[in-house]
Amino acid sequence: MSTVVYVEQHEGEAQRDSLGLLSQAVGLGLDVCAVVLGEQAAAVAAGLGALGAKRVFVADSPALAPPLPQARVDALEGLISEHGFENVLFASSVLTADVAAGLASRLRAGLNWGLVDLHVDGGQLVGTQPALGDSVFVDVGWTSTPRLALARTGAFEPKDVGGDTEVIPFEPEIAEWSTRATLLDREKTVGEGPAIEEAEIIVAGGRGLGAPEHFSVVEALAAELGGAVAATRAVVDAGWYPYSTQVGQTGKTVTPKLYIACGISGAIQHKVGMQNANVIVAINKDKNAPIFDYSDFGVIGDLHEVIPKLTGLVRQQKSG
Amino acid sequence: MKIAVCVKEVPDTSASKRIDPGTLRLDRSGEGALNLGDTNAIEAALRIKESSTDCEVVLISMGPESAINSLRKGLAMGADRAALVSDPGAAGSDIVGTTSVLAAVLASEAPDLTLFGQQSADSDGAVLWAAVADRLQQPLMSQATNLELESGSAKVKRQTEYGYDLIEAPLPCVVAVSDGINEPRYPSLKGIMGAKKKPQEIVGLESIGVSAEETGTAGSRTEVRALNDPPARGESQVIEADGEAAARVLAFLNEKKLI
Amino acid sequence: MTRPSEFAPTLPAGNFIAAPSDPLDERIEVGICIVGGGPAGLAAAIRIGQLLQDRPELAESLGEIPVAVIEKGKSTGSHLLSGAVVNPRVFRQLFPGMPASEMPFIQSVEAEAVYYLTRKRALRIPTPPSMMNHGNYVASVSEIGRWLAEKAEELGVMIVPATAADKLLVSGGRVVGVRTGDKGRDRDGAELGNFEPGGDIVAKATILAEGTLGHLSMAAVERFGLRQDPQVWALGVKEVWDVPKPLPHIVHTMGWPLRGGRKYREFGGSFIYPMGPDQLAVGLVVGLDHRDATVSVHDMLQELKTHSLVRGMLEGGSRVAWGAKTIPEGGLQAIPEKLHFPGGVITGDAAGLVNVPALKGIHYAMRSGMLAAETTLAAVQPGHTAWSPGALAGYDEALKSDFVWKELKRVRNMRPAFRNGLMAGAAVSGLATASFGAMPPSSAKLEADADSEMFIGKRDRTYPEPDGKLTFDKLSSVYLSGNESRDDAPSHIHVRHQVPRVVAEAWVNMCPAQVYEVASGGISAESVDVEVTPSNCVQCGAINAKGGRLTPPEGGDGPDYKIA
Repeated sequence: MSTVVYVEQHEGEAQRDSLGLLSQAVGLGLDVCAVVLGEQAAAVAAGLGALGAKRVFVADSPALAPPLPQARVDALEGLISEHGFENVLFASSVLTADVAAGLASRLRAGLNWGLVDLHVDGGQLVGTQPALGDSVFVDVGWTSTPRLALARTGAFEPKDVGGDTEVIPFEPEIAEWSTRATLLDREKTVGEGPAIEEAEIIVAGGRGLGAPEHFSVVEALAAELGGAVAATRAVVDAGWYPYSTQVGQTGKTVTPKLYIACGISGAIQHKVGMQNANVIVAINKDKNAPIFDYSDFGVIGDLHEVIPKLTGLVRQQKSG
Repeated sequence: MKIAVCVKEVPDTSASKRIDPGTLRLDRSGEGALNLGDTNAIEAALRIKESSTDCEVVLISMGPESAINSLRKGLAMGADRAALVSDPGAAGSDIVGTTSVLAAVLASEAPDLTLFGQQSADSDGAVLWAAVADRLQQPLMSQATNLELESGSAKVKRQTEYGYDLIEAPLPCVVAVSDGINEPRYPSLKGIMGAKKKPQEIVGLESIGVSAEETGTAGSRTEVRALNDPPARGESQVIEADGEAAARVLAFLNEKKLI
Repeated sequence: MTRPSEFAPTLPAGNFIAAPSDPLDERIEVGICIVGGGPAGLAAAIRIGQLLQDRPELAESLGEIPVAVIEKGKSTGSHLLSGAVVNPRVFRQLFPGMPASEMPFIQSVEAEAVYYLTRKRALRIPTPPSMMNHGNYVASVSEIGRWLAEKAEELGVMIVPATAADKLLVSGGRVVGVRTGDKGRDRDGAELGNFEPGGDIVAKATILAEGTLGHLSMAAVERFGLRQDPQVWALGVKEVWDVPKPLPHIVHTMGWPLRGGRKYREFGGSFIYPMGPDQLAVGLVVGLDHRDATVSVHDMLQELKTHSLVRGMLEGGSRVAWGAKTIPEGGLQAIPEKLHFPGGVITGDAAGLVNVPALKGIHYAMRSGMLAAETTLAAVQPGHTAWSPGALAGYDEALKSDFVWKELKRVRNMRPAFRNGLMAGAAVSGLATASFGAMPPSSAKLEADADSEMFIGKRDRTYPEPDGKLTFDKLSSVYLSGNESRDDAPSHIHVRHQVPRVVAEAWVNMCPAQVYEVASGGISAESVDVEVTPSNCVQCGAINAKGGRLTPPEGGDGPDYKIA
C-alpha cells in the first residue's frame, strides 16, 4: 500500500513521534514516502533515508513558513491527488491534528486518531484506538481511501535501518483563504520545565512525603531526570503544591513515559489521572497501598531514603 | 454580530461510560451533559457578547433529541438560541459526516465567529474544528488560551508544545478554545428558569440539505472492527527497601530505556 | 464514655433562615415551590399539575411558573437511593388506570426469603408478617425519580436541578419561599472569578420534600416549634452488581455481621434484591445509635459479601454501582407534632414517614406529597393565603386519617424496642405485630442517636482487606457513586474540628465516604484534630446522627446515582 508519512519539523528538527511513525510504517513493509513542509524542510528530509523512507517530498514556500495548518492541507491535497497515496499517516501534535482533520474534510476521507498501534491484517490497514479512558482497545479500520491516521504521542519509536533517500521538492498551490490566519509573534515557553501534560517524565509526591518542605526530594529527582513535578489532590488541598500540578479525577490526566509516585497511596481518584503512563514506579511505606496493584515496579520502603539515593545514582550515571 | 458555538452532549459521569456491545459504539443512552470544554467556548462567546452591543450567541449541535436538555444549560448560561440537528440517519457519523452537518447549519447561520471547545481525547469530536473550518473555507485558530476581537478580526494566543504563538485572522473565522482560556460561569437562577423559553429548534437532515448517504454509520469512512481488552501491563515487581532498592530501580529504568 | 451530642458545632447565625433580600424585580416568583425532587416532591408536583389541568384560572393566578421543584442533585435521581421494594398502591392513586407494566418498576416480587446469619451459616426463618411483599415491586428509586420528573414536566412543572435550597425565606412570621445557594466560592468562602450568588424564590406556598437530610425542614421545625421526639436514623450502604445467575427471590437477613448484644445497639439487617435477570442490589442498614466507634457500615457490607450465602449470589459478577443514604427510623414518635407551618408543609422522609419493620417509605412519601398538593393548592386559591390561621392544617388532618398514619401507628413500638438488643426487640416486635399495634399500649420514647454513649471497640478487626473484586475500599466506592465535587468548594459539613478521640473515630468509621480523618500526630486521647474532606461527601446524612450538621453543598455537587 502506498503510504506517505507527514514528518513534522520545528526549526529544522524532526518531531520524534513522526520519526517513530515512519519507522512503524517501514517496518510493516508498506511502500513508504515522507513529506516535510516549511522552512528547513530539505535539511530534515535528507536524514529520513536512514529510517527507510524511499522518497521524501519537500515544500518550503513562504506560505508554509508559519506553523499553521491550513496551507499544509492545500499542499498535502495536491501531493495526494498527484501520487494517489492510499495511506496518509500523522503523528499527533497540536499542528498535525489540525492538518489531518482539515485534510480529512478536504478529501472526504476517513480519519482514525489516537492510535497506539498500526498493523496490517489480511491486507487491510488496522489501527488500535484506546477508548473510555484506555479501558477498551478498539480495532479500527477504513472503508475507503485514502486512509488518514493520527498516531498517539509516544506510540512508536524510531528505528535506524540505514539507507538513502531521494528528496523531491514540489510547489504546492495554496488557496488564498488558507493564509488568512497570520502569525504575529512567537513566545517560547520559559523554563520551569515542561508542564505536566506535556512531560515525558513525571515525579509525583503525595501525603507520604510528610510535610510540604519534603517536596524538595521530589523536585531533586525530577530535575535530575529532566521531568516535571506533580502532586496528589490531598497535598494540593493542604496547600503544599499548586493546583496546576494536581493529577487525578479532579486534576489533570497525564500520559508520560515514566511516572514515579512517591508516598502516594494510589486510590482510584488519583489512578484515573495517571494510569496510562507507560511505566509506573511507586515508593510507599504501606505494603497495602493500592498503587502496588498497578505499578510496574514498586518499592515498599521509606521514600526519604530511597529517592535521594536514586537521585544520586542517576546523577552519577549521567556524568560517569 | 453573531457568534456560533458548536457544542456536544457527552455521556455523563466517567464512572458509567460503556461501549454498547451491539453497535460497538459508545453507549449514549442515559443522562448526558454538555461537554465540559464547550462551556469554555460558550463562556468566551458570552464575554464577547457582554462587551458588545447587539451580539447574538447561537448554540449549534448534532445528536439525539434528548441532547436539547444539555443545550439548555448553555441557554441558561446566557446563550440566546439553540439549534439541534437530530436525525436517526446521522447516528454514528464519522468526522466528515459530522462536518457536513455542522457546516451546512453554519453556512445558513453565517456567523462572524464560530467557536469550538476542547474535546476529550476519546471523544468523537477531538479535531472537529479543523475539518469544519476547511469545509467553510474560513481561517482557523485553535488551542486558544486568549481571544480578543478587534474591528473585523480576531486575535488569539495559541498554545503549542513549543510555547505561545500570537495569531490573527479576519472575520469570519473559526476559533477553538482550550480549557485554560476561562472559568465558565455558573448559570444564574434566572438563567436556569428562563432557559426553556429561549428559542430552540430541533431539525432533521433534510431541512439542512444534507443527505443521509453523507452521514451516519452508512456514510462513515471509518469502522470499528473489534473491541479488545487493554494489553496486560506486563510483569510487575514489588520489592522491599533493603539498601539496594535505589540501585534496583535504576537498573529497571535503564532496562526500560527511560533515562 | 462520651456522647457525640456533647460536641455539637456552632451553626451559622440565623440558622438557615433569612428574610428575602434580593431587590423586588430580581426575585423569582413561583406559585408553589417544592424543595426536593424525590418521590414526595415529584408526587406533589404531579398532583398539582393534574389538578391545575382542570382549573386554568387557578393556574393563571399562580403566575408564569405555577410549580417549581428545586433539586440539589446534578439531575433528578442523582441523590436518590434506596433498596427498594415498592408498594404500587400510591402509583395507582396518582395514575389511575395505569397498568403496572408502565410503572417504573424493574420486576415484581415473586418470592421472598428471610435468613438469620451467623458467620458461617444462613438459617432460613419464616418471613415476619410485617415484611411480606407479595404484590410489591423491586425498583430503583433513582429511576423512579427520573420517571416521575418526566411525568411532572409533561404537566408543566418546572424542575430546577443542580440548585440547593440553602435558606428558608421567612417574612412576617411566615415562610414565603427559599433562597438558593451561592456557587463559585472557595473553601474560605471568598468569591471566585465565576461567583454566582443564589437567589430568592418567593412562592405562595412551600412544600418541603427534602428527604432524610431535611435541611430546611429541621430549620422549620425549630423556628415554628414543631418537634416532638428527636429523629433517629439508620445508615444504608448499597451496591448494585451485574451477576450471571438471576436471583429468584428477594432476600432479607438479620444477625451477622451485626452483634445482638445490648451494649452494642446494632439494629438492622441486609437486603438483596434481584434487579432483572442479570443484576442485583445488595445493601446493609445499621441504626446510627450504635455505640462502638469502630462500626463502619461500609466495611460491614464488604464483610457481609464474604458470607457464603451472599458470595454465592455474586460469583462471577462485578460491582457497577455504589451509594449510601440514611433512613429516618423514629417512626410515629419522631414525626413532628405538626407538619405544617404558616406558608408551608413537610412531606416524606423529611417528616419521618417511614415504616421501619416493613422497610417502606417511598409510597408513603408519594402519598404525603399528594395530600400536600391538594391542601396547598386549596390554600393558594385567589382570595386565600397559605398563612392564614389553619390554612394548611388540612394537610395534617388528611395525613392522620390516611392509611399511611394507620400503618405507622401499628408499628410504632418496634424500632425503639431493639434498643434493648435483638431478642428483646424481637419479642416486642412479635407482640406488636400479633396485636396490630395495640400492644404495647404506650409509645416508647426515643433517644437521639447522638446521645448514645460511645466507646472504641474492636469491630474493625475483621473488616476484610479490599481485594478489588468482591470487596472494596471507601474511595473506590465514592468514585463509583459518580461523585466529582469541586475540591476547593466551601465545606458544607458543620462539625467541631477538635473532639475526643472516641468521637473522631466514630466519625471516621461511620462515614462511608472517608470524609473524616484523624490528623496524624494526635496529642492525647482527650482531644484529636479531625480533618474533613468535604469533596468526598455523598450526602448520606449520617453525621447528623452523630453530633454534626450536614447542609447542602453547591448545587450539582455530590453523587450522581443512576440505578441506586
